Amino acid sequence: MEFTNGSLKTKDMNKKDKIDLSVNFAGIKAPNPFWLASAPPTNSGYQIMKAFDAGWGGAVWKTLGMPTINVSSRYGSTNYRDTRIAGFSNIELISDRPLEDNLREMAEVKKHFPDHAVIASLMVDTRKEWEDIIKQVEDAGADGIELNFGCPHGMCERGMGSAVGQEPEVLKTIVEWVMEASNIPVITKLSPNISHIVDPGLAAVQGKTDAISLINTVKSIVGIDLDSYAPYPVVDGKGTNGGYCGPAVKPIALHMLKDLMQHPEIKNTPMSGIGGIETWRDVVEFILLGATSVQVCTAVMHYGFGIVRELESGLINFMEDKGYTTIYDFAGKALPNVTDWKHLNLKSEVKAKINEDKCIGCDLCYIACDDGAHQAIALPTDGSRIPTIIEKNCVGCNLCSLVCPVEDCITMEKFDDGTEHETWHELTESDRIPNTWNDDRAGGKGHYVPEPAEALKHKRKDKAGIK
Amino acid sequence: MAEYKRPDNEQEFKENFKQKKPLMNDTQAHYESSRCLFCYDAPCMDACPTGIDVPLFIKQIQTGNTDGAAKTIYDSNWMGNACGTICPTGVLCEGACVYNHQDVAPLLIGRLQNYATMSVIESGKQLYYPGEDTGKKVAIIGAGPAGISCACELRTLGYTVDIYEAKSQPSGLTVHGVAPYKISNEEVMAEMDYLQNQLGYNIIYNHPISTKEELTKLETGYSAIFIGVGLGITAPLNMTGENLKGVHGAVEFIEELRMKHSEMKIAQRVVVIGGGNTAMDAASGSARLGAEEVTLAYRRGKESMGAYDFEYDLAVSAGVKGLFNASPLEIVGGESVEGVRFVKTELVNGKLTNIDGSEFTVPCDMVIKATGQAKQGSLLSLIDKLTLDEKTRIVVNADTNQTTNPMYFAGGDAINGGAEVVNGAYDGKLAANGIHQWITQN
Ligand SMILES: Cc1cc2nc3c(=O)[nH]c(=O)nc-3n(C[C@H](O)[C@H](O)[C@H](O)COP(=O)(O)OP(=O)(O)OC[C@H]3O[C@@H](n4cnc5c(N)ncnc54)[C@H](O)[C@@H]3O)c2cc1C
Ligand SMILES: Cc1cc2nc3c(=O)[nH]c(=O)nc-3n(C[C@H](O)[C@H](O)[C@H](O)COP(=O)(O)O)c2cc1C
Ligand code: SF4
Ligand code: SF4
Ligand code: SF4
Repeated sequence: MEFTNGSLKTKDMNKKDKIDLSVNFAGIKAPNPFWLASAPPTNSGYQIMKAFDAGWGGAVWKTLGMPTINVSSRYGSTNYRDTRIAGFSNIELISDRPLEDNLREMAEVKKHFPDHAVIASLMVDTRKEWEDIIKQVEDAGADGIELNFGCPHGMCERGMGSAVGQEPEVLKTIVEWVMEASNIPVITKLSPNISHIVDPGLAAVQGKTDAISLINTVKSIVGIDLDSYAPYPVVDGKGTNGGYCGPAVKPIALHMLKDLMQHPEIKNTPMSGIGGIETWRDVVEFILLGATSVQVCTAVMHYGFGIVRELESGLINFMEDKGYTTIYDFAGKALPNVTDWKHLNLKSEVKAKINEDKCIGCDLCYIACDDGAHQAIALPTDGSRIPTIIEKNCVGCNLCSLVCPVEDCITMEKFDDGTEHETWHELTESDRIPNTWNDDRAGGKGHYVPEPAEALKHKRKDKAGIK
Repeated sequence: MAEYKRPDNEQEFKENFKQKKPLMNDTQAHYESSRCLFCYDAPCMDACPTGIDVPLFIKQIQTGNTDGAAKTIYDSNWMGNACGTICPTGVLCEGACVYNHQDVAPLLIGRLQNYATMSVIESGKQLYYPGEDTGKKVAIIGAGPAGISCACELRTLGYTVDIYEAKSQPSGLTVHGVAPYKISNEEVMAEMDYLQNQLGYNIIYNHPISTKEELTKLETGYSAIFIGVGLGITAPLNMTGENLKGVHGAVEFIEELRMKHSEMKIAQRVVVIGGGNTAMDAASGSARLGAEEVTLAYRRGKESMGAYDFEYDLAVSAGVKGLFNASPLEIVGGESVEGVRFVKTELVNGKLTNIDGSEFTVPCDMVIKATGQAKQGSLLSLIDKLTLDEKTRIVVNADTNQTTNPMYFAGGDAINGGAEVVNGAYDGKLAANGIHQWITQN
């Protein structure tokens, strides 16, 4: 036993034992739900072995299919407030490495890591090609197959990727071919570039897919270069639409996952959640909406495989706090609470409260509310900069609490006593909804709004006195 | 006039000894943690003597997993909270942060560390449990950072641990030596309680081990013994006047200061002799206690001082005056000290030489000798086959901290001759693993 400085981590054998992160995802077993999405981090056996060694439980191999040629200059990003990659865009195609090399490395990875999930992502054209390639990845030892119906650039121009994902009938036919040919579990990966995710979701289920993963990247243009007038990434003076991913797309992914998980014919299909996952919290949120494995690409491209340390520690800490021992204990637990707007309680009332001791007087809440919301915050007249909430005007929209830069300074306090419950749906059923232009039953009736001319009385301070 | 007014009560004491690295609030921690780049193979982690996974714990703070952040810290360093505020971070983790290369302020790693650990100390959240009982017992001499860390680690490995401590409180110099503006006594003790509550080692206070018989008893009653006795009292200067009233050792002075706070007496004019960090602490402390004039006298030039620059700057900002190239000849006075007689020095061919005829006296009412701590040689000489080096440091195997007497292990100031709390924390942990390995193999 040899210790070098810094390698002396205390082994905590008592606690973690109780928590079992392993998953059985549609028959694909893995030591944990943290998987790498099919993308550059899974381009080679070297990367996947390194990832498993770092703690990832599964990997979906970079999509295999007919050989491609890539362009040089492939990625762009949304550098929001210097986070460098708030959103990420790429114009890369599926694997450009020879199939033979990929298969050989796949077999080697399985030899070293028999208990980790290795899933082959595939994208080909004809039925014959699907049957051929499935046979080959099965022989290489893949634990499952993922069908890439998502790539929104390049491949779709050749009739594959999102071109399939956007045509439920075609998608269903291909899933049927694959199901017939495959002896290992099949995951159908969906494209978000569609109005109703349920359509391709249902087609996949009707084609008898074993599982679904989502989302692939979102069609996008992340920005325009102001010198060459071409979209990023610029290839010799031109660009094309890319696929958007990273933290910015998480809300889209969560919503689509929820739509599938609430559909009666789809909800029993195991879901692998993808899209903007970077922290333990993201993982938990996907699981709460029903995902039982998660896949990550952009966060790994930004920080490397090491981020799995944070994912694992955070997930375990959450599970300990809540008393869960497997992820199945809480998978889908938020689904009953996601409902249609018409079922929300119209009698529930919250109002903003400013903690004067914490307030630093930036007055962002004031201007946000006055210019952007409901004129429910007043500036102080005592020379301080601590604003006050005008309770009768506050509609409880949350805006001020969202812009406030101080942790827990503006809180939204419950005002109703919790005894009343009435929804738009109930109002409709009992024929009580406002239905004339100036109906007394409308929500904004009686809400105080300053007279328009009041607006002109506001003058910004002008020290120099020059107007 | 002095920079500080003499503190008459605990409130005023706290003002004068205001915490240099106060606990961050949630907003501070949120903003600060958002700056961390999560560097690969991070240099900050490398620069930490205990190798804390700094980028991980900062990311955990950022994602709201503060308990997880605390665990990441304690997994590597049982003195995690104390270290966060008292480590010389500018020369350790923060000094290595990549932002320094761009002239951007480095991450406030120490304070973020403190934020995470304080949060679990306050909530009392149990992060560790004793390991399955091995049926074996280990004795530890000294409840300083090294001893406490060794005890914690041994408990997670399933050993019964008894710590024999000469004083009445744990943490060694963390509470008795470190300057009070770096950490409060309460904060040190809160971490000590937090650890002992979850891991359950025994501390036998007011129980110095000083005789051969006691050692023999330990040798027969325990499977292994860890020596974490640190260093001894301030070493003698062997100079005329050293025994006059008003002459103090720096370590003893600071210990008294930490225990008595505003009850502590300080003279009008103080001379501190020495150029190390302890000298800076003693000088700063004197000034903050309201001494009118504090002179810090060092034999060599300012650039040769052993103290960190920031420690000297801190002393100067408290009103301390530096006197360099002045070597003390004798302490003068009748019954009580009245001054220190110095001779000026210069470097001649790289050798420090006194300048003849340049003698002068600095009048004062108090002298603090900060000229190093004596070694624990007398105790160590009672242990058979224990090899000490030429500086009376215990010789150990660098991979296990095992001494030349196989049942004894050692760490902290007793093996490094005087370093930082963070080094003691690492040593104690290393030794515990060494002990485990040795016991398992025998
Ligand atoms: C004035 C001063 C300021 C310092 N400031 C800092 C700082 O800002 N930051 C920092 O990181 N480090 C600082 N240090 C250094 C740091 O305190 C030590 O490196 C660290 O405490 C060493 O830990 P240890 O466990 O080896 O020994 P100690 O902390 O010395 O603990 C040894 C313990 O053993 C006990 N003991 C001794 N002999 C016996 C015996 N025979 N039987 C039983 N018990 C015994 C002692 O009572 C004590 O509790 C400072 C040191 C001094 C002197
Ligand atoms: C550069 C790049 C290449 C990608 N290549 C593929 C691919 O070959 N097959 C595929 O199914 N998805 C591919 N994706 C999509 C990812 O697998 C994933 O669905 C998407 O990036 C969303 O996850 P994220 O937000 O964690 O990045 C790629 C993404 C990126 C950024
Ligand atoms: S936004 Fe927050 S900090 Fe700023 S004025 Fe409003 S309450 Fe105060
Ligand atoms: S223990 Fe000290 S050196 Fe290590 S990271 Fe913490 S503050 Fe920095
Ligand atoms: S070097 Fe600085 S930025 Fe990089 S991981 Fe460490 S603290 Fe963060």
